[in-house]
Amino acid sequence: MLSFVAQRVLKGVIVLLAIVVLNFFLIRLAPGDPAIVMAGEAGASDQVFVKQLREKFGLDKPLPEQLFIYVKGVVSLDLGFSFRQQAPVAKLIGERLPATLLLTLTAFAISLTLGILFGTFAARFAGTFLDTAITVFALIFYAMPIFWVALMGILLFSVTMDWLPSFGYETVGANLTGLAHAFDVAKHLIMPAMTLGLFFMATYTRMTRASMLEVKRLDFVKTARAKGLSDAVIQRRHVLRNALLPVVTLAGVHSGTLIGGAVITETVFAWPGIGRLMYDALLQRDYNLLLGVFVICSAMVLTFNLITDLVYRLVDPRIEYAA
Amino acid sequence: MADGDWDGPTVALRARARAKRFRLVSLEKDYDMPKRVLLGLLLACGLAAPALAQEPKTGGVINAVIQPEPPGLMLAQVQNGPTQMVSGNIFEGLLRYSPKLDPLPELAESWSVSEDAKTYIFKLKKGVTWHDGKPFTAADVLFSIEMLKQTHARARTNLAQVDKVETPDDHTVVFTLKQPFGPFLGIFEVGSMPMVPKHLYAGTDWKTNPYNNAPIGTGPFMFKEWQKGSFIRLVKNPNYHEKGKPHLDEIYWQIIPDAAARSVAYETGKVDVLPGGSVENFDVPRLSKLKDTCVTGAGWEFFSPLAWLWLNNRQGPLADKRVRQAIMYAVDRDFAKDVIWNGLGKVATGPSASTIKFYTDDVKKYPYDPAKAKALLKEAGYKGEKIRLLPLAYGETWQRWGEAVKQNLQDVGMTIETIATDVAGGNQKIAEWDYDIAFTYLYQYGDPALGVGRNYISSNIAKGQMFNNVEGYSNPDIDKLFAEGAVATPDSKRKEIYEKAQKILVEDVPVAWMLELQFPTIMRCKVKNLITTGIGVNDGFKDAWLDK
Repeated sequence: MLSFVAQRVLKGVIVLLAIVVLNFFLIRLAPGDPAIVMAGEAGASDQVFVKQLREKFGLDKPLPEQLFIYVKGVVSLDLGFSFRQQAPVAKLIGERLPATLLLTLTAFAISLTLGILFGTFAARFAGTFLDTAITVFALIFYAMPIFWVALMGILLFSVTMDWLPSFGYETVGANLTGLAHAFDVAKHLIMPAMTLGLFFMATYTRMTRASMLEVKRLDFVKTARAKGLSDAVIQRRHVLRNALLPVVTLAGVHSGTLIGGAVITETVFAWPGIGRLMYDALLQRDYNLLLGVFVICSAMVLTFNLITDLVYRLVDPRIEYAA
Repeated sequence: MADGDWDGPTVALRARARAKRFRLVSLEKDYDMPKRVLLGLLLACGLAAPALAQEPKTGGVINAVIQPEPPGLMLAQVQNGPTQMVSGNIFEGLLRYSPKLDPLPELAESWSVSEDAKTYIFKLKKGVTWHDGKPFTAADVLFSIEMLKQTHARARTNLAQVDKVETPDDHTVVFTLKQPFGPFLGIFEVGSMPMVPKHLYAGTDWKTNPYNNAPIGTGPFMFKEWQKGSFIRLVKNPNYHEKGKPHLDEIYWQIIPDAAARSVAYETGKVDVLPGGSVENFDVPRLSKLKDTCVTGAGWEFFSPLAWLWLNNRQGPLADKRVRQAIMYAVDRDFAKDVIWNGLGKVATGPSASTIKFYTDDVKKYPYDPAKAKALLKEAGYKGEKIRLLPLAYGETWQRWGEAVKQNLQDVGMTIETIATDVAGGNQKIAEWDYDIAFTYLYQYGDPALGVGRNYISSNIAKGQMFNNVEGYSNPDIDKLFAEGAVATPDSKRKEIYEKAQKILVEDVPVAWMLELQFPTIMRCKVKNLITTGIGVNDGFKDAWLDK
């Protein structure tokens, strides 16, 4: 298993470097000069200032040289300096990463738990009213844009009912500590995590349902039933466990999409994560910061995928690690 | 104030001052000649008079929205709107400006101008300390100027006319200009020339100085905490040099990226102040009607944002003056004001906003007249050639305005193609002159020499640069007038020059002026004295108090 992990990590590093190089060129293809953006914000138009900024950004150097400097930095774990924010990129990302991880992992847990639960029920009661109700419920959240669900949630739970805070990570100025602080953060987390989680829940529900119905038809389920196992045991031990493989695959794939969804969720709920940092960096053509966020996000996706591969083994012991 | 009361300068300076026949007379005596001698303290008292009707209460916390999150708070190095809005509380300039743009004292308690309008003497306020307790002196002013010349593009341009700066003592700064520069007294507000603590920055790498992230100023509020992506917290400066101020204990600047979420934050009572531009315009009437809500458009007089359409004068149909004039007639600017901007702002008459100096409305008028526009287009031989329109990617209001203008122009027979882009992409296209019509708005900084001329003089045509003469308009008469206007004395002469320039420009229509924008500040009515100067919420909350 260790050699499998080592091999995957090595492959991951190569993929990561490829992503860095690709993104380095991709973001430079987009029109928009960071020096002009900054000069504009400063209300300045003189050539000396723009030239100075280009020199500061290193944009006056040939592109291959810029790439070499950047890749050299990344290899030595230096993600560079954000000139717009006047701080090291790693520091900026480090400040925001915990909030994004909290949001995405909670949303991931919500979507997976509810998705598998609802999918199991839908499959168990396939063709009944409950099955239809679950499917409709899941599809409603899948069909609606995330920002819309978010705004409707704010309108209902913050403005009308005043149950939940409409924005932020914590109550500003409350200076809470310990459990009170954790409870406060949890209260702020409910709406963004649910908004993001319910969107992805639909696919897990559908996938679990379809997969379970398929597995249910297989011979070994008949055998299990023939040897007198209870329905609950068959569903849990034999059907669900075998049906989960495609769900796990999907969860691995979703890890990247989840971060994409977090950009919108973090914006609407003013959640201080890297999604918003990435969006702002893109608008301002803050190349180093943008690339830094890409590197971190890619690393996260690769890690999630590695975990997915490891989970396969747990779910289905027949799978070998000698990939 | 008589000459004898003027303490501080060295003997040599006094002698030179006498040689130049300084006149230091009281503001009361010389009120009609503010350019000669200004003792802003009295003016400040006058400005504050209405506020004194109600005794300010001490204490309380204000929650205000800041959008977008500032990239940094070191005002000398980062110059953008949100940075100034927050850091205008931490740092200070030598002067502030009244809504009529008269200078008011801040770190300078008085100032005088020589007869030849080439020497300006600032007397600094005594007893001012930085937030770390060190005294603020003339050496800090001198250091700030040297730093700003390298880090602050606008300050560098403004200081180009300065020959030398001297500090004869700890509380006197003398600027000697190469030639008279009319708007010189207008370049000292906190955003244009923030004072930087020499003892913390001298001899350090400014870019990575740790105080960039925990700025130390002389302002009424001190930096306390910045939770990136969440909030910035400022606390009262107990040693502030204006006795009794600030009145508030703390300010929380809340970072809420989504416009709808900012509206909700106000509605649910989580924030008390929505500075101009925080919410989409279509939300303003609804929020304004909320209980205990007050709205003001004041506080933008210094910046005087003026919106216009860049028209690429170089190529295609827009190279013809008649087509550009047709655009002025074709666009229904009253509709834009009343519907898109909810009645806020004012239809622009020309290159100067009515709030800045030397404005005149005695210029050619362009009322909404589609028939006249069609006639002009016909006369110019326009045959439906495609014209590219770049809206401003600043949100829904600007998007809607882009659509309205497109419809107006199509109504008179023009073929318009809207180009979708984000701000950075749009700026690049404009800077590279790859556009036909493009929306923009720019600040005017109170004086045509600071914020108007830059867009029309031919020496400012430079490919690859933004916010200069990107339309490519070139008129030697205009170049000459703006060159003369900046250095002419007295003001009556400047007035004459700039009025002439405005008339020529309005006839030539190098760009299509749309609206003098007004960004309404929405706040709880319990927040008093939030805006007391022409710089508004960008000038710090030192006068603000809560009527609890």
